[in-house]
This record gives sequence, C-alpha cells and structure tokens, in this order.
Amino acid sequence: MTQPWMKNRLVQWIDYRLPMFSFAEKELIDYPTPRNLSYWWNFGSLAGIVLVIMIVTGIVLAMHYTPHVDHAFDSVERIMRDVNYGWLIRYIHTNGGSAFFIIVYIHIFRGLYYGSYKSPREILWILGVVILLCMMATAFMGYVLPWGQMSFWGATVITNLFSAVPIVGDIIVTWLWGGFTVDNPTLNRFFSLHYLMPFVIVGVVVLHLVSLHQHGSNNPLGIDAKGPQDKIPFHPYYTVKDMFGLSAFLTIFAGFVFFAPNFFGEPENYIPADPLLTPPHIVPEWYFLPYYAILRSITFDIWFLSAKLIGVVLMFGSILVLFLVPWLDRSPVRSARYRPIYKQLFWVLVIDCVVLGWVGGNPPEGIFVIIGQIATLYYFAHFLVLMPLLSVIETPRPLPTSIAEPVLGGGSGPPAAAPQTMEKAQ
Amino acid sequence: MADSEDIRAGDGHGETRRDFLYLATGAFGAAGGAIALWPLIHQMSPARDTLALATTEVDLSPIEVGQSITVVWQGKPVFIRRRTEAEIEEAGTVALDDLPDPQPDAERARKPEWLIVVGVCTHLGCIPKGQATGDRKGEYGGWFCPCHGSHYDTSGRIRKGPAPKNLPVPSYEFLSDSLVRIG
Ligand code: HEM
Ligand code: FES
Repeated sequence: MTQPWMKNRLVQWIDYRLPMFSFAEKELIDYPTPRNLSYWWNFGSLAGIVLVIMIVTGIVLAMHYTPHVDHAFDSVERIMRDVNYGWLIRYIHTNGGSAFFIIVYIHIFRGLYYGSYKSPREILWILGVVILLCMMATAFMGYVLPWGQMSFWGATVITNLFSAVPIVGDIIVTWLWGGFTVDNPTLNRFFSLHYLMPFVIVGVVVLHLVSLHQHGSNNPLGIDAKGPQDKIPFHPYYTVKDMFGLSAFLTIFAGFVFFAPNFFGEPENYIPADPLLTPPHIVPEWYFLPYYAILRSITFDIWFLSAKLIGVVLMFGSILVLFLVPWLDRSPVRSARYRPIYKQLFWVLVIDCVVLGWVGGNPPEGIFVIIGQIATLYYFAHFLVLMPLLSVIETPRPLPTSIAEPVLGGGSGPPAAAPQTMEKAQ
Repeated sequence: MADSEDIRAGDGHGETRRDFLYLATGAFGAAGGAIALWPLIHQMSPARDTLALATTEVDLSPIEVGQSITVVWQGKPVFIRRRTEAEIEEAGTVALDDLPDPQPDAERARKPEWLIVVGVCTHLGCIPKGQATGDRKGEYGGWFCPCHGSHYDTSGRIRKGPAPKNLPVPSYEFLSDSLVRIG
C-alpha cells in the first residue's frame, strides 16, 4: 500500500532523484515478514541499535581521551570525574560492549537452533561470523585504551598469540607492537583501529541486511512461506515488536549502567598499567572466556606441534568452524523443533559453552584443566562429528504444510486480516 | 565490438597480442600496487627511535649471592641472578634429554655465578615470579609464570608448562668484574 506521505509533491520530487522514500517503503514498511516470528527475532535489530549507541558514545569519549601511555589512564579518570556526564557516557560505552556481545551471542544461538544458516542464507550467516570477528577485534582493542593493568597484560598475552606462528611469529609480533613490547606505538594504533573498526562493522551489517532481504527472515518453523497468508508487513507489526523489545532491553541496560556499572568489569583495570608487574591472575573480558579456556586447554605437544601453537589454532578454529556450519549440517529440516536429537544436542552445546566460559575464568590448575579439555573436545565434536552425523541418522518429525496452518490453529482458509500489500509484494 | 571480435578471431589460436597486453598491464598494475602497499605495512614496524635502543649498564656490586635484581632493557625486564653454588650445580647437572628446549647451562651463563635472562615468559609474555624473596619459584627453583603455569629452572630453562622455549639470554658483555652492559 502506498504510504500517504508518498503523495507529497516534495517527497515525490526527491524520490524521483534519490529513491530513499521508496526504498524505505519497500524495505522497512511493506517488507513482507513471516507472521510467526518470536522474540528470538528481536536480537538482530537490537544489535544494530547497540552498534549505533557504541559509535555515538565512542565518538564522544574520543573527544576527551588521550592515546598516550603517560596520559591514557588519567584521561579516562578525568572523563569519569571531571568531564560533564563523562561517567555516564563511559559507563554506557563499557557496559554497551558487554550488552553487544550478549545480544549477538543470543542472535547466533537463535540461528543455530532454527537452522537459519541453511540455504538460501549461507552468505547471510557467513557475514554474521565476519561481524563477530570484527566485534572481537574492536572490543579487544577498546579494552586496551584505558591502559589499566588488565588492558596492558591482556594486550600482551593476546598479541603474543601470534608468536605461535611458525618461523615468522616473532616478526609478526614486533610488527603488531611497533616495538619490543606493548608500548606507546601499540596504544596509538589500537586507538586508530578501534575508531575505524565499528565503521567496517557498519559496512558488513549493510551487506548482512541486503542478503537478509533477498529471501526474507527464516522463522520458528523453519519452513518457507507458501503465500501471502504466511507473511505480514514489517510495519507496524515488527516495528512495534522491535520497539517493545528495545524498551525491555534499555530498562535492564539502564539498571546496569546506573546501579552496577562495574558488574562486568575487572577491578584490576583501575590500577594503571605496570609493564614490569604481571597481575597474579589475568582474565579477559567475560565474552572472551570460552575462547581463553580453549586456548589454555592444550597442555601437551603433538608431534612437532607445540602446545602453544595448537592452542592458538584451536582458539581461532572455534570461530572459524562456524563458517563451515552450513555445509556441516546436511539435514534438509531447518528448525530444531522438528529435529528431536539436534534439539537436545543444541542445549548440550549451550551448556558446553557456559562451562568453557566458567573454566576460562578460573586458574588453569587441577580439575579445571581436565574439564576445559573435555569441554573443548565436545565443542569441536558438536560441529565436526555430531552435526554431519545427525544429518544422516536423525529422523525429523513431520513438518507443517504452511506457516499459517499452526498459527491459525489448522485453518487453511484465508486469514481474517491478510494485508492487501502482501499480494503485491509477493 | 566487431573489431575486437575480428582481432580475436584473427589468428585462430585464441592467443593474441591483445591478450598479452592485458596480461602485461594487469601484472604491471598488480606489482605496482603491491609495492605501493609496502610503506603502508612497514610503517607499523618499530620506528628508528625505537630501534635506536640504548644499551643498559648495570652495576653488579650490591648484589649478594642468592639475590636477584630486575633491570629494564628495551622496555623489557631483564633478570640478573647471582646464583648460589647449589643453584649452579643443579643447572649444570641436569640431563639435556630431560629438557623441552635442550641447552647446557654453560651456554647460557658466561660466568656461572651470574645468570642474565630476559624476564618474559616465552609462552604468552607474562613476567614470571621468582625475583622477590617471598615469590613462588616453581618446582625447579628458578621462576614460575602464574599466567598459565610455566616452571623455569635455575638456568632459566623451561621445564614444565605450556611455554615452548627457555627464557632468552640477551647479548651482554662484562666491562669489569662488577659492571655488565646489556644489549
Ligand atoms: C563496535 C563497537 C564498539 C565496541 C564493541 C567498543 C568496545 C569498547 C570497549 C570494551 C572499551 C573499554 C571500556 C572500558 O574498559 O572502560 C572501549 C573503550 C573506548 N572506546 Fe570503544 N567500542 C566500540 C566503538 C567505539 C567507537 C566508534 C569509538 C569512537 C572513537 C570508540 C572509542 C572508545 C574510546 C575513546 C575508549 C576509551 C575510553 C574508555 O576506556 O572508556 N569506541 N570500547
Ligand atoms: S605467559 Fe607464562 S605461562 Fe603463559
């Protein structure tokens, strides 16, 4: 349906030259969307909004921040104490990082549960994994900026990972540092890249959305829309739902920002960086703990491969394996609702990731080593063994014939409020 | 269009002067691009002032037998330990086959009494404990890295844990009996 404002002469004049209004109408208003999306489908738009919040607060922080080893820590403390509302802006940025990862992790597990990575959405999924990698790089470099003890030692440990690369490892690390340790050149380049990466993320998000709108959203049933009765226009149905989800999120988020702003933080990072004193227990931010556990789980050499190299390869491999998921899972059924065994293994994987996170937060001693090794093994087995195996041995439950059928209680007649637009849009 | 079609069809073998020119131009452009990229990559390597690292001179006279000090060289801590007879003995007698990174103690300490090593764990770069008196020195009496649990012996060699290599020995020179220059 043509929106009333599309009849406005000025709008028409502009749209004839720059079709932004018809674009908005097609992709944001009329855009046909499965009628049965649950709240698990809120997290994509939520992630986009948090990205905007991060960019806005980040640009403001950069107005007061000094990327120099002698001033970085003090400039952040000045933001906290002297800059007007500096504490608020910084706490939004800091907690926003954590919120971003919670949201994106839920978003990814949603995709795994409902098989959203399957044809024709493989590229959509791959772009999502690319976004995750960019986010990780951004958050890692951002955490270095306040130049506290964890900033410094986290940066040291993570950049040293590259020294595991055979032969050229040390050259790479020196190149990353721009010196012989993490030092001022390192801080400077991390600031530059921390400013850049979010905009790279914006670019990949645009591609992610173009790819999404090509075939539209998957849905909890995992079956394709059969006709107009299966879809509703994005506006007002999902704009309202997304707004409601956003309000709920902002309520919880404000709770953290105002009442527990350091909940996700590490007290050690309020001590200025000391290059000659390693803190007794180095932990990364919570959202990196599972990878950290995988890194440390390898305590033994295999043939000529050092434990360090294998740990590093597995740590990166734990994310890279996600790229292969569309081809590891050969089952034609998308949604776990109709896959009795996969559904259970999905939850085992969730628990496995939580266990890895818990191990990653504990010292690498005693029982934690063993648990970490088992959990690492299971993580890879889930993707590389169980997923392909299930595609062959699992018998899926019968699928409903259409989205409208279970939603409207089995009635196959035309739904009462089938919007006119859909006929056209299809 | 028609012309180029003719040229391509001209000799009937598919390969033409034009194909050659395409390839040559492409290769030239690619090589030029790669060369232009190099300054952008190399600017990240240590700058000249960073490379013009001062050497560090250390006065050893206040160090008693059994004591250690930490000095800074190239921004990194360097451990200097005046080893006891027992420590020297232990470092010298271990069978090389038992070491993950075999190296005799004599190669690592120019004067057996003085062990000088870079105090950066070869695993992921933490600074091992063992310099201060109350520190945990690990199972082999040298240093212990708390980050992921690497044990170093009294020669700074890795004995147990995830670190792959011994603590590196910097280049150093004794200017006199009590003065050493590192670097
Ligand atoms: C993808 C979006 C972003 C993420 C995930 C992110 C993440 C982070 C994190 C985790 C920190 C450390 C906070 C702390 O420990 O207090 C940080 C700090 C910082 N970020 Fe970002 N950031 C993002 C976007 C931006 C942007 C666009 C800018 C603009 C320049 C920016 C500027 C800063 C500055 C100046 C700091 C240091 C001040 C401080 O520590 O609070 N960030 N960022
Ligand atoms: S950095 Fe020393 S054990 Fe990992």
